Amino acid sequence: MSARTSLHLAAEIGGPPHYDAGHYLRLAGLAEDGALDYVTLGDSFARPGLDALAVLARVAPATDRVGLVPTVTTTHTEPFHVSSAVATLDWVSRGRAGWQADVSTTEAEARLFGRRPAAPPAALWQEAGEVADVSGRLWDSWEDDAEIRDAATGRFIDRDKLHYVDFEGSTFTVKGPAIVPRPPQGRPVIVIDATTAPAREAAARHADVAHIRATTPEQAAAVREEVLRKAAAHGRDAGSLRVLVALTVDLGDVETAPEPGLESGPQLAGGGTYFRGGPVDLADLIAQWHRSGAADGFHLTPITPERDLERIVNGTVALLQHRSLFRTFHPGGTLREHLGLVRPVGRYAAKEA
Amino acid sequence: MHLAAHFPGVNNTTVWADPRSRSQIDFSSFEQLARTAERGKFDFFFLAEGLRLREHNGRIHDLDVVGRPESLTVLNALAAVTDRLGLAATVNATFNEPYELARRIATLDHLSAGRAAWNVVTSSDAFTGENFRRGGYLDRTDRYTRAAEFVATARELWDSWTPEGVSRPFAHEGPQFTVSGEFTVPRSPQGHPVVIQAGDSGEGREFAASTADIIFTRHGTLEAGRDFYADVKGRLAAYGREADSLKIMPGVTVVVGDSDAEAQEKAAEIRRQQVSPQNAILAAEQIWGTDLSAYDPDGPLPGIDPVPDSEITQGRVRHGDPFAIVARWRALAEAKGLSLRGTVIETTTRQSFIGSPRTVAAELTAFVDERAADGFILVPHLTPGGLDDVVDRVVPLLQESGAFRSEYTGSTLRSHLGLPEPVWKG
Ligand SMILES: Cc1cc2nc3c(=O)[nH]c(=O)nc-3n(C[C@H](O)[C@H](O)[C@H](O)COP(=O)(O)O)c2cc1C
Repeated sequence: MSARTSLHLAAEIGGPPHYDAGHYLRLAGLAEDGALDYVTLGDSFARPGLDALAVLARVAPATDRVGLVPTVTTTHTEPFHVSSAVATLDWVSRGRAGWQADVSTTEAEARLFGRRPAAPPAALWQEAGEVADVSGRLWDSWEDDAEIRDAATGRFIDRDKLHYVDFEGSTFTVKGPAIVPRPPQGRPVIVIDATTAPAREAAARHADVAHIRATTPEQAAAVREEVLRKAAAHGRDAGSLRVLVALTVDLGDVETAPEPGLESGPQLAGGGTYFRGGPVDLADLIAQWHRSGAADGFHLTPITPERDLERIVNGTVALLQHRSLFRTFHPGGTLREHLGLVRPVGRYAAKEA
Repeated sequence: MHLAAHFPGVNNTTVWADPRSRSQIDFSSFEQLARTAERGKFDFFFLAEGLRLREHNGRIHDLDVVGRPESLTVLNALAAVTDRLGLAATVNATFNEPYELARRIATLDHLSAGRAAWNVVTSSDAFTGENFRRGGYLDRTDRYTRAAEFVATARELWDSWTPEGVSRPFAHEGPQFTVSGEFTVPRSPQGHPVVIQAGDSGEGREFAASTADIIFTRHGTLEAGRDFYADVKGRLAAYGREADSLKIMPGVTVVVGDSDAEAQEKAAEIRRQQVSPQNAILAAEQIWGTDLSAYDPDGPLPGIDPVPDSEITQGRVRHGDPFAIVARWRALAEAKGLSLRGTVIETTTRQSFIGSPRTVAAELTAFVDERAADGFILVPHLTPGGLDDVVDRVVPLLQESGAFRSEYTGSTLRSHLGLPEPVWKG
């Protein structure tokens, strides 16, 4: 299968925790300068660091184009609050929000809440899928034109364009409609790391972007095919899902190789997720894998964000741009536009039409 | 004097039909009102919360402004476009868990360099609960029991890092929560973000006296304000607290005109806009507890008895005995010769300070001087330009007389409020 979409690039900006906004503003600004599709910010209730969605909300007014994708877990949170917060990130960023859905599997995390014990990943991913599902329904629960401000009748909204979601999941129910009106992107972009089998299942059903892991282009292509096939089995159009290869990147110590075709090619190790080499090597790998149709793009996690993200943007990305393999600016305004994903029509509106 | 700006919306204080009224949801509205408040050197910017769209007569209520973003996310974004303004989020203690909320509020305190506040509300009914895992209903006593332990637990988490930046494991075991582990966020710039309580009941006042830094209340008159002030401040000693440690800030509205007479005229026009004919029927239905759509808003009050314990309105705090309210309305309508709409306008108004800039400044100052308030949470009727008049015309007079600051002297919300740093309890 050949690549059907242009190249997509994203970067993680987490790392050792910082407790002031400045650090994250610099990294997000750098990613924006490189015209990357989005930055992710990982999060967990059990490791030092600020709330990721809050950090990216703080970043939003200070950036213009780059997509903002915080991790928000679904295990100990309220689905209604999660969907509201992600929709609000989309409002404050004017259509640049995504959400990396994740689960909390440890007993340590469960004890922070004292509400229920830890559960196996399969059950938690089943629940995460339901949270993604109900979030999509809540985002759709206001039709785009529900606000009418009709002076003649005094009605602010057309209540026929607001919908109860009446969702019954295996561990929760939500009545709806949302409190937050439909966000600018219709639905913020859902990202799922599809490395494990239960997560891959949730990704095939609910994700707009799946991150996968692979050591060779052939392996990446096979996983991508599998995710797309599963998505199709759920009745989804395969064109509505982007598959990005996740790479942890260490560009340290290795000098920028000035020319392509270098002797010491890139090294991949550790389950295929760890790249060590120079910025040019990384550009070569990205170009080659993308050209062979192995992936729609890459999600890069720099092991030292301050150092490596700078090398990625000013080295790797600049080279890809020079070779016309990656855009030099964001042609659109929303994250969906960067990814070439359409703004979805609300499911309730679609049903009536 | 302390001043705060309340972002309007979600009820009929907001006049959406005014052509100057803009979006209640676009970030530009939040940014504009927050910048106005900061230009006026206000203490803080305040966001309310509602977790389920109200229903009336079995259908979603459609007359008032509804639909709003989630508070903490908006405030984190506002931290990027303001420098000194405090940022206060209303967040329910019933439908959240202490660990997650303590972390989100501490995060706002870090990202805003010490400007975070949390308005702890407890409003909960089974109707709102249908959106949450917890579901169900907590009665008033249980709500405040949970809220008190919730705030205490949050403070234990905020204290679990030493001021030197060393994380220590915490363990809280109580009737409401049993939680333990390590908090992921170091002690924030304010140590403990500012805690606000909103609610007028005895339970609410007691909760505020025991634990809050600010109490947000509603009382329109100087007399009611003085009584409330004396009552709440009188409760502090029992908790070993100084009178200054709890600021009393009623939510008020202000209408400014070139003259007192012009302001009164403007205020009357705003009330007519707020209580449209449809809104008058709706307000009466909420009291009578039954469908009154057949009645003429410009005609007399319905001659029928109210239906007690009616569920006609869902998701709204109910006040008082409907028979008594109807009797009061009838007497008022009779005495002043008012129509149904006229009666609603007379009784539901929350307008507090109306007049020329000089009159309004003098009255606000008198409220503080006479111990009816320590400051005010200003609720504009227009989004987002509704406080321009106050900031441009009233605040300079308050600054001239020395009643209100001309410059911020500190950078944290605690410093604006004159509240001490909380003592670290390791
Ligand atoms: C001035 C004021 C503002 C309030 N704002 C909110 C709010 O934004 N969201 C909410 O859920 N409840 C709000 N409440 C409701 C209170 O939290 C509380 O549930 C209600 O006043 C009943 O409390 P009580 O039992 O102490 O009377 C507010 C109450 C007051 C007095």
